[in-house]
Amino acid sequence: MFTADLLLNAVVAGVLLGGFYAAVSIGLTISFGQLDVVNIAHPAFVVAGSFCVFVLNERFGLDPILLGLFLTLPFFLAGIGLYRVYFTCFERHGEESLRGLAFFFGVMFIVEVLLIMSFGVDYRLVDTGYIGQSIKLGFIGLPYRLLVPFVVSAVVTVGLYLYLSRTFTGRAILAVSQDRLALRLMGANPISIKQIAFGLAVATAAIAGAMLIVIGPVEPSLGRLYIGRVFAIVVLGGMGSIGGTFVAALILGIVESVVGTMFGPSWAPAVAFGFLLLTLAVRPSGLFGR
Amino acid sequence: MRHVFRRQRRLLLLGGVLAAAMLSAPLLTPSARAAEPIKIGFGMALTGGLAGAGKAALIAMEIWRDDVNAAGGLLGRQVELVYYDDQTNPSTVPGIYTKLMNVDKVDLVVSGYGTNLIAPAMPIMMSRKKLFMGLFGLAANEQFGYSNYFQIMPAGPEPKTDWSLGFFQIAMEQNPKPKTVALVGADAEFARNALDGARENAKAAGLEIVYDNTYPPATTDYTPVVRAIQATGPDVVFIASYPPDSAGMVRAINEVGLKAKLLGGGMVGLQYASLMTKLGPMLNGIVNYDFWVPAPTLNFQGVNEFLAKYQAKAADAGVDPLGYYLPPYAYAYLQVLGQAVNAVGNLDDQKLADYIRANEFDTVVGKVRFGKNGEWAKTRVLQVQYQGVKSDDLEQFTKHGTRAVLYPKEWKYGDLIYPYAQ
Repeated sequence: MFTADLLLNAVVAGVLLGGFYAAVSIGLTISFGQLDVVNIAHPAFVVAGSFCVFVLNERFGLDPILLGLFLTLPFFLAGIGLYRVYFTCFERHGEESLRGLAFFFGVMFIVEVLLIMSFGVDYRLVDTGYIGQSIKLGFIGLPYRLLVPFVVSAVVTVGLYLYLSRTFTGRAILAVSQDRLALRLMGANPISIKQIAFGLAVATAAIAGAMLIVIGPVEPSLGRLYIGRVFAIVVLGGMGSIGGTFVAALILGIVESVVGTMFGPSWAPAVAFGFLLLTLAVRPSGLFGR
Repeated sequence: MRHVFRRQRRLLLLGGVLAAAMLSAPLLTPSARAAEPIKIGFGMALTGGLAGAGKAALIAMEIWRDDVNAAGGLLGRQVELVYYDDQTNPSTVPGIYTKLMNVDKVDLVVSGYGTNLIAPAMPIMMSRKKLFMGLFGLAANEQFGYSNYFQIMPAGPEPKTDWSLGFFQIAMEQNPKPKTVALVGADAEFARNALDGARENAKAAGLEIVYDNTYPPATTDYTPVVRAIQATGPDVVFIASYPPDSAGMVRAINEVGLKAKLLGGGMVGLQYASLMTKLGPMLNGIVNYDFWVPAPTLNFQGVNEFLAKYQAKAADAGVDPLGYYLPPYAYAYLQVLGQAVNAVGNLDDQKLADYIRANEFDTVVGKVRFGKNGEWAKTRVLQVQYQGVKSDDLEQFTKHGTRAVLYPKEWKYGDLIYPYAQ
């Protein structure tokens, strides 16, 4: 009945799921964790990404994840534009915390309603050659539907990590989150750095959206189900730590999966968030936070 | 002299009053009031998880309104629909219906779509003694026992058990008989009601329940759930799910390779065109409930004309293009209301309710008669099996064959393929 191979399968499924959660959260790590922009509309952007992928997939028949990668550029530019608006209206006057949050709440609703008006409220799915099949490594089953997003997510995470730690702009992004004045003295314009960072964050939403629609059906208000989880992962990982976000997402995925398999799925969210609270009680800055 | 003028003035005054009364008479007589439309108010899921079907239902209801108004209206008055989006959120429902009755002053009310959205309105209806037509609530009146509630979903007099009765009967007809059953569903009102009924049916059939769990509706991946079920090795798996989880479970079942002999039962959403087309061959073998499929045994009067009108509008509206699941019933529940109003001759809720309780109605979904608790007097929950479904083809669902009707026997069209093979 409940044997070691069931447990192992649950852990593996959790890892794959965690990879997906990481892809959704990583954009928020940059915008919320590093830039202090409370972008509550991030899951809505992910859903918007899903719908864009859906439309292109119906039209051109290309693989959804590939389409997600193509969409990163338009999303990046949109992110820059959005940040400019946010900065001009709120950050410049120092009113970012509460009014900025209200602004992004508004953006979230606008994105949702635009999606409803354009696509209707029906669930949308994509079908690729690999959805519905899995590889079997011994007794461990790896469904492609989750494996492919996991691999892509890992690549994106490593890529972002290297970008932020090795390139000049990347390091400037980390710097601006720590000390904006010092960055100015170093000769970099914090505003243009921040807008690139925010653009990057929104670009990851395109890829995450592609993964979302591969994994399951999507409808315009689906983003609301992810708000809690995504913020929890960012906080658990230590705000602003890319590696921390990935690890936190994996932990959350594993906890949800193992509890769901062994004790009943109803317990999974409670235990997952309980783990978050426990960690914060012991280590308030999160797992990898400074 | 002054005496004469006063009398003249009084006569003039009297004449003026009479003239004013005669001129204003048209505003007060009933014939002028007849121009006022009859308002039917309701909340409907136009956004949120059930919106795919909710919006389709609204289209059907608008077709009914247009049909009735083209034929002269009800009691010589035009019909107007007054509605608000309940967002598939039960907490909006009491406010919506209070506004409809107190502020919009609607004449009649009907329900929105779905158990979760009907139940919150019941206490208000009961306190105001309103007639309440229900659209697809599973056992929503079980706890209340309200006598002026009538439900158009053909669940039957014992809705919780009637829902899955056919599924378990099919299971126990097989040889050798299955021995174990797994029960799984979403943690929501509808699924819990369905699972309660399934549990009773399983016990009555002598099946051993080896797995009995619910999952939170916001679950992303169902692979752990399916693996846990697989580990208990059940012969029969009964699933009570809503559209996103139905799709998730079907995919996970295919990926894990669940080895059950009979699978399905209460999966909402597998009747929707978009899910059927995308899930395609993964559906084959699943035995699920349904209410209407294009089979020769279910060719009721008016249903094909209605579907043609619906399908013409659905294409633009971004809703289910086929409209087999909810729209015919959304049309029918208003048909019952309209026929009752015409028969009774007024809008008195109690008189209408008494008429509906005592009579049989001819609708696009066949003959409708209500019984205990306002449910159908006789169950007509179909159990269908998906057979020979090919991928990415919507047309195949418009012809009979892809869904063999297995139960009830009087509507049967097709045979079961058993056991469920990948």
